[in-house]
Amino acid sequence: MARGLPKQKPIAGVKQVVVVASGKGGVGKSTTAVNLALGLMANDPSKSVGLLDADVYGPSIPKLMNLKGNPELKEKNLSTLPGLTSDCCEPLTFSSSLPPPPLSMSMGFLVEDVAPIVWRGLMVMSAIEKMLRQVDWGSLDYLVVDMPPGTGDVQLSITQNVPIAGAVIVSTPQDIALLDARRGAEMFKKVHVPVLGLVQNMSVFRCPNCDHQTHIFGSEGARQLADTLGVGLLGDVPLHLNIRETSDRGQPVVVSSPHSPEAEAYRKVASAVVQRLQEVHP
Amino acid sequence: MAKRDAANNGQRLAQVRHVVLILSGKGGVGKSTITTELALALRHAGKKVGILDVDLCGPSIPRMLNVGRPDVHQCDSGWVPVYTDAQKSLALMSIGFLLEDPDEAVVWRGPKKTALIGQFVSDVAWGELDVLLVDTPPGTSDEHLAVLENLKKHRVDGAILVTTPQAVSTGDVRREITFCKKTGVRILGIIENMSGFVCPHCSECSNIFSKGGGEELAKLTGSVFLGSVPLDPQLSSSLEEGKDFTQLFPDSATFSAISSISQTLLRSLQTA
Repeated sequence: MARGLPKQKPIAGVKQVVVVASGKGGVGKSTTAVNLALGLMANDPSKSVGLLDADVYGPSIPKLMNLKGNPELKEKNLSTLPGLTSDCCEPLTFSSSLPPPPLSMSMGFLVEDVAPIVWRGLMVMSAIEKMLRQVDWGSLDYLVVDMPPGTGDVQLSITQNVPIAGAVIVSTPQDIALLDARRGAEMFKKVHVPVLGLVQNMSVFRCPNCDHQTHIFGSEGARQLADTLGVGLLGDVPLHLNIRETSDRGQPVVVSSPHSPEAEAYRKVASAVVQRLQEVHP
Repeated sequence: MAKRDAANNGQRLAQVRHVVLILSGKGGVGKSTITTELALALRHAGKKVGILDVDLCGPSIPRMLNVGRPDVHQCDSGWVPVYTDAQKSLALMSIGFLLEDPDEAVVWRGPKKTALIGQFVSDVAWGELDVLLVDTPPGTSDEHLAVLENLKKHRVDGAILVTTPQAVSTGDVRREITFCKKTGVRILGIIENMSGFVCPHCSECSNIFSKGGGEELAKLTGSVFLGSVPLDPQLSSSLEEGKDFTQLFPDSATFSAISSISQTLLRSLQTA
C-alpha cells in the first residue's frame, strides 16, 4: 500500500517528542502527562515544554489544567474539520497566579464540553495530523503527548507521522492493567519507538486517619513488568487524594503543592525521563 | 449475502431477551468489572447471561472470569460461546479468544476493527439468554459504531454508563450521554464506581476519586442513577485471580450495591 502512509517528519521547532501511553484506560496517563510536563519545567526552568492531548475521544487536559478558550487562528490557509468550532493554530497559554503552564493543544478546546466526538479512524488521523503540524508550537525542548488508551488509530497515526524520542508507559500495579500496558509496550517496539520506562501509578494508599497502607490495586506489579520488558521503572506515584483534588480543580499537584511527596514523585519521573532520553539519544 | 447475513443475525440473537451495552466515555472506570459483576449477580439471581467483550485492544473479561485460553469452535449456527460453568448459565465471547498470542498487541485501524466486530456480533450462536451484556472499550469510535450498526437489526434495550466520581471522568461520560441520545440508545442508568474507600484498618471513608459526581451527572442529564459501588480491594483481587466475588464475599457492602443495581436493571428491562 504505497499510497496513503504519511511520511515521518519532525515537527518544526520541537526537539524531542515524548509520548505518555498505556494500553489500559484510567491508569493516570493524562495526570502523569500534565505533571510530567510541569515537572520538566520545574526541574529546569530554561526548558520550554509543550503538551499535546491526543486523546481525541476523551480529552482530559483542559480539565486537568483548567484551560478554556478558543485557540487563535493565524493567517495561514487551513481547511476546517467538520464538527470543530474553530481551526487549531495557536496553542493556549493563560495567566494566573501559578507558574505558566506548558503550551497546550487539545481536541477539548475545539469542541463543546458535552459533544461526543464520534469519528471513524480516517477523521481521527486527519485531526491528529492537524494538531501535530498545524499548531504553532514555536521552539520547544520537549513536546509531551498524552495518548488515548488502546493501541489503534491514534497511536499508529502519531508514530507514523513524527519521530518519537521515547515512550513513557503508565500502569497501575494490577495484572489487568499490566497486561494491557505490556501490549502497549509491545506496540511501541513494533514501530521502533524506544520505551523509556514504566511509571507505576496508584501504587499504595495511605489512610489519612490511621496511616494504614492499603495496596488497593495490588503491589509491585509494574516493577515486575518493567523487569520483564527490560526497561527501568521511571517512578512510583502513590494514590493520594491530593492528586485527584488538585486535578479536579485544574491545578496539577506539581505546581499547586510543590513540596508534597506526590509532587516530588512526579519531579523524579521528569528527571528520570530526561536521563533516559540522554541515554537513548546521546 | 448481506440479506442472508442480516437474517442470520436476527436468528442468532432471536432467543436473547435483552441486550444491554456497558459504556463509558472514560477509560479505566470499571466497565469490564461492572459487566462481570453484574453478570455474576444476574446469574446468582437465576438468569441466563451472556457477555460479549468487544474491547479489541484490552479484552479483560476472560481473565476476570478465569476462563483461560479456550479454543473456540464453530457449529452450524455460528461461533459457540465459551461457558464458564457446566450449567451453561454464563456464556462469554471475547476477541481475546481469537488471538493467537494473548499478550500480543492488537494494533489495528478502524476498518479492520469494524469488520471483526461485525462478525463477532452477528456470528455467535448465543442460544437462549435472558440478558446479553456488551462490554465496550472507552470512547465513541469505530468499535461503538460497529456494535450499534450490527445490533440495529435486533433490539438494544439500552446502555448503562459507568463513571468514577471525579471531574475528568464525568466530563467524558457526559459526551457519551450525548452520543447515546444522538444514536437513539436508551440510557438505562448511570453507575458511580470506585465511590469511596473504606480503610480496612480504621473504617475511615476516604473519597479518593471524589464522591457524588455520578449522581450529579444523572441529575444534570435527567438520567436514572442506578447506584454507587465502592472501591474495594477484595473486589480488585477477586478479579485479578479470576474468582467469583459474589460467592466469596456475599455479605460485603460491595456485593449488596451490585446486587441492588442488578435488580433495578432487571425491573427496568422488564417494564420496557
